[in-house]
Amino acid sequence: MKNYLNEKTGLWSWLSTLDHKRIGLLYLFSVLTFFFIGGIFALLLRLELFTVGETIMGPEAYNQIMTLHGVMMVFMVIIPGVPAIFGNFFLPLQIGAKDVAFPRLNLLSWYLLMTGALVAIVSVVTGGVDTGWTFYTPYSIRTDNGTIWVVVGAFIMGFSSILTGLNFIVTVHKLRAPGMGFFKMPLFVWGIYSTAVIQVLATPVLAITLLLLTLERMFGIGIFDPKLGGDPVLFQHFFWFYSHPAVYIMILPAMGIVSELMATFSRNNIFGYKAIAFSSVGIALVSFFVWGHHMFVSGQSDAANFLFSIITMLVGVPTAIKVFNWVSTMYKGSLSFETPFLYALGFIFVFLIGGMTGIVLATLALDVHVHDTYYVVAHFHYVMVGGTLFPLVGAIFYWFPKMFGKMYSELLGRTAFALIFLGFNVTFFPLFFAGTQGMPRRYYDYIKPYETLNQISTVGSWLISAGFLLVLIAIIHSLLKGKKAPDNPWDGRTLEWQTQSPPIHENFEKQPEVTRGPYER
Amino acid sequence: MNVKHHAAHHFRDASHEASASKLGLWIFLCTEILMFGGLFVAYAIYHNQYPEIFLAGSKFLDWKLGSLNTLVLLLSSFTMALSIYYAQKEKLTYSTMCLWITFLCGVIFMVVKYFEYSHKIHDGLLPGELFSHAGSENLGLYFSFYFSMTGLHGSHVLAGLALIFWLIIRSHKKHFGPGYVLPLECVGLFWHLVDLIWIYLFPLLYLVE
Amino acid sequence: MFAHSCMGANKKTGTAMIYIFIFLLLLPLSAFSSAFPSPATPISTEVDQMYYFIHVLSLGCGLLIVGAFILFAVLYRRKNNSQATATVHHNAWLEWTWSIIPFFIFMFMFAWGWLVYDKMRTPYKNALEIHVYGQMWNWDYVYKNGRKTAEALYVPVNTPVKLIMTSRDVIHSFYVPAFRIKQDVLPNRYTALWFKATRKGLFNIFCTEYCGTGHYSMLSKVHVMSLEDWEKWISTDPYEGLSMVEIGQKVFRGRCTACHQTTTQKMIGPGLAGIFGSVRHFEEQDSLTADENYIRESILNPSVRIVKDFPDQMTPFAGLLQEEEMTGLVEYIKSLKPEK
Repeated sequence: MKNYLNEKTGLWSWLSTLDHKRIGLLYLFSVLTFFFIGGIFALLLRLELFTVGETIMGPEAYNQIMTLHGVMMVFMVIIPGVPAIFGNFFLPLQIGAKDVAFPRLNLLSWYLLMTGALVAIVSVVTGGVDTGWTFYTPYSIRTDNGTIWVVVGAFIMGFSSILTGLNFIVTVHKLRAPGMGFFKMPLFVWGIYSTAVIQVLATPVLAITLLLLTLERMFGIGIFDPKLGGDPVLFQHFFWFYSHPAVYIMILPAMGIVSELMATFSRNNIFGYKAIAFSSVGIALVSFFVWGHHMFVSGQSDAANFLFSIITMLVGVPTAIKVFNWVSTMYKGSLSFETPFLYALGFIFVFLIGGMTGIVLATLALDVHVHDTYYVVAHFHYVMVGGTLFPLVGAIFYWFPKMFGKMYSELLGRTAFALIFLGFNVTFFPLFFAGTQGMPRRYYDYIKPYETLNQISTVGSWLISAGFLLVLIAIIHSLLKGKKAPDNPWDGRTLEWQTQSPPIHENFEKQPEVTRGPYER
Repeated sequence: MNVKHHAAHHFRDASHEASASKLGLWIFLCTEILMFGGLFVAYAIYHNQYPEIFLAGSKFLDWKLGSLNTLVLLLSSFTMALSIYYAQKEKLTYSTMCLWITFLCGVIFMVVKYFEYSHKIHDGLLPGELFSHAGSENLGLYFSFYFSMTGLHGSHVLAGLALIFWLIIRSHKKHFGPGYVLPLECVGLFWHLVDLIWIYLFPLLYLVE
Repeated sequence: MFAHSCMGANKKTGTAMIYIFIFLLLLPLSAFSSAFPSPATPISTEVDQMYYFIHVLSLGCGLLIVGAFILFAVLYRRKNNSQATATVHHNAWLEWTWSIIPFFIFMFMFAWGWLVYDKMRTPYKNALEIHVYGQMWNWDYVYKNGRKTAEALYVPVNTPVKLIMTSRDVIHSFYVPAFRIKQDVLPNRYTALWFKATRKGLFNIFCTEYCGTGHYSMLSKVHVMSLEDWEKWISTDPYEGLSMVEIGQKVFRGRCTACHQTTTQKMIGPGLAGIFGSVRHFEEQDSLTADENYIRESILNPSVRIVKDFPDQMTPFAGLLQEEEMTGLVEYIKSLKPEK
């Protein structure tokens, strides 16, 4: 049967494709590759931290690998992750469109991401980068190595993100199927839409910041360099003005996925559809006014701390609403625990911990103690890995039948989930205590009392990697040996399940018309 | 002559495509404004902190050249708009001619910028650490802003020139007409934004009081 | 239909999940007791109380939510494929309730956090002022009477202290876990911290803003002593009655241990045992035998000659050492012999 996969063949047909589904797969392939490389870095870091003193590498190597792990995971994995892979593939399908609004721009975005990634990776051979992914000045100005490559690379990847966001906003506004009002859109689309707004509004500020940092390193323009009268704290304001909303670029589309999973596997209407949709937009808007909570001890004024603390607390409300709605969706449902649903439930558990420790960090007096300690490291891994990667992997399994027309092995999928879930908690939970006991982050070595906690954590990292390897095996296994997938294996209600698996090039045989809500049964 | 343009397969028709393209372009313009916005915020902060540096620095700029460039860009924006008007009225020769005038104005702007830049580089009026003008000190920060703001703007003018040149080629091939002015409109919008940013840059850098 | 084939597995997975969740919920309880270094300032106790409050509250809410979804998972497990579902769309009353309650909890946390923070940030009157300098990678302390030390921050017990801090190079951050205080230390600007230690003893100081290769070894201690001991300490000449090598050792312990060891072991910089008198090979293809002048130059202006395979990262100490300290260091390094 004809579908988008066998419509054309050959490597060039992929590299020059304008089909949003194929571009989605290009992203899937590249992001997974970056993820596994970044994961290997993480394993090396955890291994080094296994014992006090030098375990496998020196401090310079450690700092460089730490930076690469951060840069890759943030700029090349989590930010493009859900929006670029699943947004590309399923946004047009879910709104009943034939493609995104600007297919050429879409392909360009992928090439920009790859160019930026390559430029960033060049830094490895030009002396390495040891600034951390935050590039704080003045250290990033004076350290003499490959920093400029990573900064330029991140700048280019920023444009990829902007153009993707722009494309999605226009797609949502202009290409919805007849009858699909804004409140008949699936919640994944709401998540992608809110994300796109942030990508478009926040990323340009990162672009100018990184541009100024590049000029700073090339010509010493002094805007961020205290030696020349500049203000290094201004860099932090600029950087977090982007990078805090960026956290929601990571989490909002992932929350969208969770909404889909909860509705489908509970075979239930989503509880509080409008509340979830509005809370996505609400989080997106408030996210622009909370960047200063990364800087409570940076020397900014107490008045600023007051404001940023109180606004940050406000983000908690829509987030809590979402969690309550997801759990309520299970009420009187018909729950079936296939692999994707397990990831959704795992997400809720992990995200609860991430969110509640977020409240601790937003509380001024508590943040002073745990700021820049392992408490923060644990918190953001709970939010980013637990919050974004769990749904991302869940989405791979959920949409795998649609994307490739094959079923995966439930046994492999569930075992992998168990390993990842357990390993994740074993890795990161002890780090909260390392943090409250005072262990600072970005430390190559630590004092003896922190050793036990670090060892537990390192053992956990082996469990996680075993889990992710199993995910990879499950994917390969099902590509080779998977049973043919039906069009709608989960009894899903959104539009992507109403076309064949895998879909044809133009998505639908005939233009779908929408008459009811996305999850109504 | 009425030009027929075929919309891409995922749009209903040409007007559907046009409205999508224009929305996309407006969003793109927002990102441009935000990017320059970062620089304007930094400018405001430092101007507030070191007003004397900005006052002293601006004395090295020639407000006459700045005014000339402002006039040139304003004229080019006008002819850009005129070119769309003529294309819609099917006066294609006029339309092409207006594009040429727009292009020329852009070139004049860049030539004037080139002379300004080379003069400053020669005098050692350079950003940050590189500042080496004898007789005045600590003005590096002002010239950091001067060069990064006008530099970023200049790169946009260059990009605009490339786009207008592309329009000129298509215009000679008679691609545009009453039925299809979308590329003209989109590049036009971009060009107006570039013009608008200059209108803010000019007083901020040349006319500091 | 596919869903049929895993109906049996649903039950097992559900049960396994319940066990995992319960196990994980027990973890935080077990670790509660050792969460903090024991408090050594009045503010620490207040911070800890708030911390325990919010964590117990979180645990309670977490149990409710996780409990609800475990309950639902058990009750509404798919038993047959045609099981009817409720399709409840929304419930305005419920939704407003669970929006407003968290809102008040969060506002309460904010207010409490702000009050304690405000207390932290309100300067003590007549505090003992000490200047703190951060540099890659050690801390220097300068007292009002001119006394300088880099070994530890010496303060009297039960006395309010104000630290006035600045950095000589990049951003650092001054953190004392036992006091629950932290503040970034910036170049070209002063920032400040206040504390009143209520217990005598030694407390860790960490740098918590990433500042390069030696960030992890930028360690120091607060030494809290009785008022009498402290007064004696501050009025005595630190080097009185010490031999040159002993002076050198004292300086070394405060200034150099972030990067150098007294063995032949390489850290960030070379291990110093046996350096004196050995041949040093430099990046510019030349070499020389390390004598007193070379050691002096390497401390005051380390960038002049960079030994092969080492980064050019050492802070120049020109202007930061007194002559007797300089000579002491040279003699101390001379005295370090590689162990046989």
